[in-house]
Amino acid sequence: MVAAGLLLLLLAAGPGQAGAGRARRDALREELLLSPLPAGDLAATFQFRTRWDADLQRGEVSHYRLFPKALGQLVAALGVRELHLALTQGFWRTQAWGQPPLQAPAGAELWVWFQPTVTDVDKAWKELSNILSGIFCASLNFIDSTNTVTPTASFKPLGLANGTDHHLLRYAVLPREVVCTENLTPWKKLLPCGSKAGLAVLLKAERLFHSSYHSQAVHIRPICRDASCLAVSWELRQTLTVVFDSFSSGQGKKDWSLFKMFSRTLTDACPLASESKVYVDISPKNKEKELLEVTPPPASVHEAIVQGDKRTYAVYDLLSPSLFNTSRSLNVQLKWKRPQDSSELPTPVLHAHRYVSGYGLQTGEISTLIYNTHPYRAFPVVLLETVPWYLRLYVHTLTIITKGKENKPSYIHYQPAQDRRRPHLLEMLIQLPANSVTKITIQFERALLKWTEYTPDPNHGFYISSSVLSALVPSITAMKDMDVEQSPLFSSLFPSSDGSSYFVRLYTEPLLVNLPTPDFSMPYNVICLTCTVVAVCYGSFYNLLTRTFHVEEPSRGGLAKRLANVIRKFRGVPPL
Amino acid sequence: MAAPLVLVVLVAVTVRAALYRSSLAAFISERVEVASPLNAWKRVVEGLALLDLGVSPYSGAIFHETPLMIYLFHFLIEYAELVFMITDVLTAVALYLAIQDFNKAVFKKQKLLIELDKYAPDVAELIQTPMEMHYIPLKVALFYLLHPYTVMSCVAKSTCAINNTVIAFFILATIKGSALLSAVFLALATYQSLYPLTLFAPALLYLLQRQFIPIKLKSKSFWLYTMQYAALYLCSLVVIICLSFFLLNSWDFIPSVYGFILSVPDLTPNIGLFWYFFAEMFEHFSLFFVCVFQINVFFYTIPLAIKLKEHPVFFLFVQMAIISIFKSYPTVGDIALYMAFLPVWSHLYRFLRNIFILSCVLIVCSLLFPVLWHLWIYAGSANSNFYYAITLTFNIGQILLVSDYFYAFLRREYYLTHGLHLTGQDGTEAMLVLK
Repeated sequence: MVAAGLLLLLLAAGPGQAGAGRARRDALREELLLSPLPAGDLAATFQFRTRWDADLQRGEVSHYRLFPKALGQLVAALGVRELHLALTQGFWRTQAWGQPPLQAPAGAELWVWFQPTVTDVDKAWKELSNILSGIFCASLNFIDSTNTVTPTASFKPLGLANGTDHHLLRYAVLPREVVCTENLTPWKKLLPCGSKAGLAVLLKAERLFHSSYHSQAVHIRPICRDASCLAVSWELRQTLTVVFDSFSSGQGKKDWSLFKMFSRTLTDACPLASESKVYVDISPKNKEKELLEVTPPPASVHEAIVQGDKRTYAVYDLLSPSLFNTSRSLNVQLKWKRPQDSSELPTPVLHAHRYVSGYGLQTGEISTLIYNTHPYRAFPVVLLETVPWYLRLYVHTLTIITKGKENKPSYIHYQPAQDRRRPHLLEMLIQLPANSVTKITIQFERALLKWTEYTPDPNHGFYISSSVLSALVPSITAMKDMDVEQSPLFSSLFPSSDGSSYFVRLYTEPLLVNLPTPDFSMPYNVICLTCTVVAVCYGSFYNLLTRTFHVEEPSRGGLAKRLANVIRKFRGVPPL
Repeated sequence: MAAPLVLVVLVAVTVRAALYRSSLAAFISERVEVASPLNAWKRVVEGLALLDLGVSPYSGAIFHETPLMIYLFHFLIEYAELVFMITDVLTAVALYLAIQDFNKAVFKKQKLLIELDKYAPDVAELIQTPMEMHYIPLKVALFYLLHPYTVMSCVAKSTCAINNTVIAFFILATIKGSALLSAVFLALATYQSLYPLTLFAPALLYLLQRQFIPIKLKSKSFWLYTMQYAALYLCSLVVIICLSFFLLNSWDFIPSVYGFILSVPDLTPNIGLFWYFFAEMFEHFSLFFVCVFQINVFFYTIPLAIKLKEHPVFFLFVQMAIISIFKSYPTVGDIALYMAFLPVWSHLYRFLRNIFILSCVLIVCSLLFPVLWHLWIYAGSANSNFYYAITLTFNIGQILLVSDYFYAFLRREYYLTHGLHLTGQDGTEAMLVLK
């Protein structure tokens, strides 16, 4: 009787627990995209998406399964609505490699939207950057008010948003930050399977950092749970993009394989993943014949329009049982069928280039060139520049010239810098005519800093972080209106309103400028010498103010005079 | 005397106009010796551009001019060159008229002292005659208008020229004896650059002398007049500051202008002593030394007032020199103003001890400033110590020049009362020492 009662109790509790589990469902999808680049390089992009149907903001959560607890608690405790952190080494060469799937600026970039309930956003920002610095072993604690800005037009929320009060947004870049194995290891630890199963086994540091471009990012944002959007789910995306150079990694040969790139092959999917796929971009470049041959032959071929281009992908589904029938491991091999020629270089619709000009250590000029290569469509671009306070920008020298004529921006937001407190922020909305080059120049003056404010290697120079270009680029091929959530590839991070254009965020090169330096070995000498000059004035004036003139008898002469008289006597000359 | 003055003015205007049209104008505008963060023309243009963009010019760290300057140049920006040439001419004319009146006062006082037998019998050669004093005002105007420092300041369109004009009008008003105008112009000068506050003492002493009020601490009329003058000065200052508030409807200009002058956050190199000192200062002592250096400008006033209470115009000269040397962002325009007074003391020439070497030091340093700047900033073969050394030498030269003139002045005063030929107790020639 008692046993039956206990059994009944357990049965009642069981579905209740299962019911709770059903309400908090989480799912992991992992994808790897291999895209060959011109000149034989290869870009590999990993994306791990964990989606969790729970509302982190309301603090009901106590049991974390796939979603990492460190990030979940961070989001709940600090009132974070969206978080985007990227650590990058190298620069994506848009002109040589084409439009990037998801670009990040060199160094560390962190931008965060806070919830409207947060009262002191700056305090929350400081705490957040310190906590992330600990989680990712990166020097994000150097983010302070001198490199944080609040953009007004760029960096709109990528997830669900109720209103966009830009005072809740903070953006900071540390261009000097270096990415290394220490940053990769905690990033891998956030993955549900770690680096033990699934696609993450390929992430070995010795091969990943032997590359031209390495970028790892974490994106957290709230999304609609379903089409009716009545409830909120949280999405964590971890992306890692790496570009392997055919000369340094490939030993000059242009044939690639998973083993050659990562020195590992895939053996199974992550057991916790609901989807685990490898995509290889086999789009024919000149639409005549195929360029690449992939082995083993793909199970299916998927066609999609990505960034305005029609692309074909060979798909390997690691969860399908037929994949590992023939061999225990999957080693995707790519062979070029015919040599590439330079006519197949991609022409990205929007690309930009930035450089410093001028000579000497007093003044300089920052020039940005923005190219719109679309043959007949003009579109606007938002340019965000953050310049540190020690390069004093003169906004009256800002000139924007397109095709030889002046181009006035339709929106300009300029926040001048305050010494040692805040950097310059310049945001402009510029219309780019079709098939044109726009040159934006602004002059600056270099400041002399206090000797303690220089880095230990002052003659290396100071970095200016990349400027950000955000645009809705009209696509050359119209895109189908497809279900963005189900789309497997990276276009789903940026919401797009219609199929005729796609969102692109580009970063320009970071700049390195030298500042005049004082002599670092001289603090004591300088203090002594300057105080001597002040003392000379004080001494002269003290004498003149406190002493009076007196008549004085001529003295008989001291020792020198007597000695001189002795010598004169010897010479036979009259004495002094 | 008007014709030679007009001629000098024409020559000066021609020189400036010629330089404006030449390629040297851009080069001179960039020189750090001529344009400091407080008075560079580039920053005035930047401030007006920020105002056009809808941003307060004081929200950044670029613009440190007073709101009245914004108001002035908002309307006159197209005629900037003309404005600066006119300000230079006005300064020269004001100094001319002031020195003319001063000479008359000096001559009258001298005559009175001779009649009262205050002078020793053998000092005839030391007495100033109207003949030699006739050309001094013209020389003063000439010195100011054609001084290379003034010309460079004007060509660079540094707002130091406007500060100099206000101070020149203050001097004219003081010497003419008008307490109200003197207080108003002094308030305007203080509002512009804070340091002319110290010129309150010499102006007060001159006005008291002119009113024949004896300078005794127990005298009631002395305190009454001092209170009146101080009240006029403070009221004008308050009115000007309130007017500035209503221009942009904020008090932001006070930390941007006066906070900037006093706390010296910008370490752009200039001809002064502050920049390298604070670039190499240990953080812990920074506040202490800022206070010491700022007090250094103000604390010579009381001792000088006690020593030179009979000679307020010389006191004014020494005080202006001290301001130009020790202010936080000096430029050559400030130096040109006090150097314009040197012809007034040309009768002291025989008592100057080191004038040759000091003028050589000043000329050589002025020539070396651009050379060593180029070597540090553009060629990269020298470092900041070279430029700093020239700064030190130049400032020592100026300090010794002023103290030399002070010594000569005091010595002449001694000779006037004690006679030129000094004999000792045994009748032989004796020396004069400062003890």
